[in-house]
Amino acid sequence: MSRLDIVIAGVGGQGVLLASEIISNVALAAGYDVKKSEIHGMAQRGGSVFSFVRIAEKVYSPIIPAGGADFLLAFEELEALRYAPYLKPQARIIVNTQKISPITVLSGAASYPEDPVEMLKEHFTVYPVDAVSLAKEAGNAKAVNTVIVGMFSVFAGFERRLWKETMKRLLPPKILDVNLKAFELGVSAGERNEA
Amino acid sequence: MKVLLSGNEAVARGAWEAGVKFASSYPGTPSTEILENLVRYPEIYAEWAPNEKVALEAVIGASLSGKRAIASMKHVGLNVAADPFMTFSYTGVNGGVVIAVADDPGLYSSQNEQDTRNYVRAALIPALEPSDSQEALDFTRMAYEISETYDTPVLIRLVTRISHTKTVVETGERTEKEKEPEINPEKWVMLPAYARKRHPLVIERFKRLTLFSESLEINRMEIKDTSIGFITSGVVYQYVKEAFPEASVLKLGMIYPLPQKLIREFVEKVKTVYVVEELDPFLETEIKAAGIPVIGKEVFPRTGEFNPDVIRKSIDRNYRPQTVSFPGIPERPPTLCPGCPHRGVFVALRKAKIRALGDIGCYTLGAIPPLSALHSCICMGAGVSMEHGATTCGMERVVAVIGDSTFFHTGVSSLMNIAYNRSPSTVLILDNRTTAMTGKQPHPGTGETAKGEKTKPVMPEEVAKAFGIERIRVVDPYNVEEFIRVLEEEVSEKEPSVIISRRPCTLITKRPDTVYRVDKELCIGCKRCLSVGCIALKMEDGKAEIDPLLCFGCGICAVECPKDAIVEGKR
Repeated sequence: MSRLDIVIAGVGGQGVLLASEIISNVALAAGYDVKKSEIHGMAQRGGSVFSFVRIAEKVYSPIIPAGGADFLLAFEELEALRYAPYLKPQARIIVNTQKISPITVLSGAASYPEDPVEMLKEHFTVYPVDAVSLAKEAGNAKAVNTVIVGMFSVFAGFERRLWKETMKRLLPPKILDVNLKAFELGVSAGERNEA
Repeated sequence: MKVLLSGNEAVARGAWEAGVKFASSYPGTPSTEILENLVRYPEIYAEWAPNEKVALEAVIGASLSGKRAIASMKHVGLNVAADPFMTFSYTGVNGGVVIAVADDPGLYSSQNEQDTRNYVRAALIPALEPSDSQEALDFTRMAYEISETYDTPVLIRLVTRISHTKTVVETGERTEKEKEPEINPEKWVMLPAYARKRHPLVIERFKRLTLFSESLEINRMEIKDTSIGFITSGVVYQYVKEAFPEASVLKLGMIYPLPQKLIREFVEKVKTVYVVEELDPFLETEIKAAGIPVIGKEVFPRTGEFNPDVIRKSIDRNYRPQTVSFPGIPERPPTLCPGCPHRGVFVALRKAKIRALGDIGCYTLGAIPPLSALHSCICMGAGVSMEHGATTCGMERVVAVIGDSTFFHTGVSSLMNIAYNRSPSTVLILDNRTTAMTGKQPHPGTGETAKGEKTKPVMPEEVAKAFGIERIRVVDPYNVEEFIRVLEEEVSEKEPSVIISRRPCTLITKRPDTVYRVDKELCIGCKRCLSVGCIALKMEDGKAEIDPLLCFGCGICAVECPKDAIVEGKR
């Protein structure tokens, strides 16, 4: 791997920042230079949340330039569309097939796009996943982020043990088992896609 | 050991390693996490002050007493602290002092895009600007040495992208450093006779710092292709390295005062030299004033956050990266949370058709559609002072709206003006028992310190009473009808009044068992409930619907329903 640029996007409260924390720490443990950049603040009030993770021998800009990212991990379908401009033409997208209407749609001022996954498939390689169901299967609907991290780990190529060690180090013991299980379910979903 | 630290965490770590004993701050994005991380070190006394002026003055006191100290704030916080900042340059320090200030290019969560560097020029205070977290740590440590060697406070200039980016950092150990208190009136008592003698010393110090900057290793030339070169600093250096990896670069770690000789040397080596910096042409103005030919804001923007593409496009107007975009997709703006007590206040104000002069906090979101119930926001405390000006000039049916943390920040003196000069003002203090927007920091009203210790809470109603305000009401904002009644009574009164809207933020409240649901038989699909701007509400098959997982049971939407179709239920 010479370099890997990842955009992680979702809605406030979906665990975008923890997902990017896990990925960044795995890359650091694998001996790479890493920069992880995100915007807090106003975004926390139900707004759009995103994080850039850049991994290489040497990383300069923490911001991924337009058309530069290799991967998009989208926790929500509309957010997948929003961050598409950051992607390379041959980029891959893991998208949680969940639709969360923003206030602009709920109040009737705008309408939610009919089928974001199909729109993305016209341009990119897309791996849709029902991460909410898998997270529930693991024991907690909130583990959507570790399902997606698990799925991404199949494509990222770092040693499997680094992911588990990093999660053990970063996650509170109380929620560790559920998240390790969610991660495994994500790995299986990723392997099905890769096959 | 190598760890990933944000710029803010790294500044805190650097201060700890430098032996800092005292830290004071007021929360403000993107600087908040500096103090939040300082709190975790047992060797450091760390506190939230009511505002940035108090924080900096406390730090000056710590310095006089012989301790190393740090004040941290966002860019607009330095406006509040500007008074001590300007004169602190004259007194200099005893224990070393760093003032860490975070700018917000692109206004991710600020009311303006001002450039802090203008302050260091005004005060002749040296400034360092890190370009990643390792430098944030190293520069903070170095700043304490500069501070004590040159008898000056040192400013560390951050931007959102440095404060909130995690990069790989090698940490060090703590060195203890302490001095005896300094009792020296000619240095510390800035009455005219003494201050007059200090000012020339400030200018002389500035000259010595300029010399020092010429040989400082954090100002460095990277000579590669000599046909194009960039003079830059901070995070913009990273964008330049990515956009033009083969170009020559003069990277400035110390951004004030500038090493003019080094700059001249660089410009002589390189054919075309660009000065690239976010926001104001600060470096550029200094360099051009020295008669050195460079290109700056002729090509680069003066607003917004930069990235590698901004630099590429500024130099090559034909640069177009290949991208896929989906124009016209719905925005996802931030909104007040379901159950937010502020919503009740705005729904009441809107129903009563009363104008609201606002302030800085979550409640500023009350201005955004569909609530659209807030009519001004300038800076912390301004809503209350503006209310006084407006009502004194005869404006009617207008109130001030200010949060509890913001009230203690600067609203207190504004309310004192209303009380003392007896204007027919009504001030709404939205007391949600925390500082919500920046992440639940305690404040003087909460009864808890930054370190989590119990303290005596200040109640806004007692403050108002002490000021001589007689009309003080405390209302639950979930009770919108009662709120409207109280509002009507107080805005028609000719004497000063205070209405305290009291209910804790949902972020610090247990989720209630009661939720609301829509009786589909009664709902006529008029969508009036949607006007409260709550993400728990939506239209489904022409009728309103409430998501029971999101609903916080406030019932404020029910107030808008003309058919009483929104009813209480169980989760």
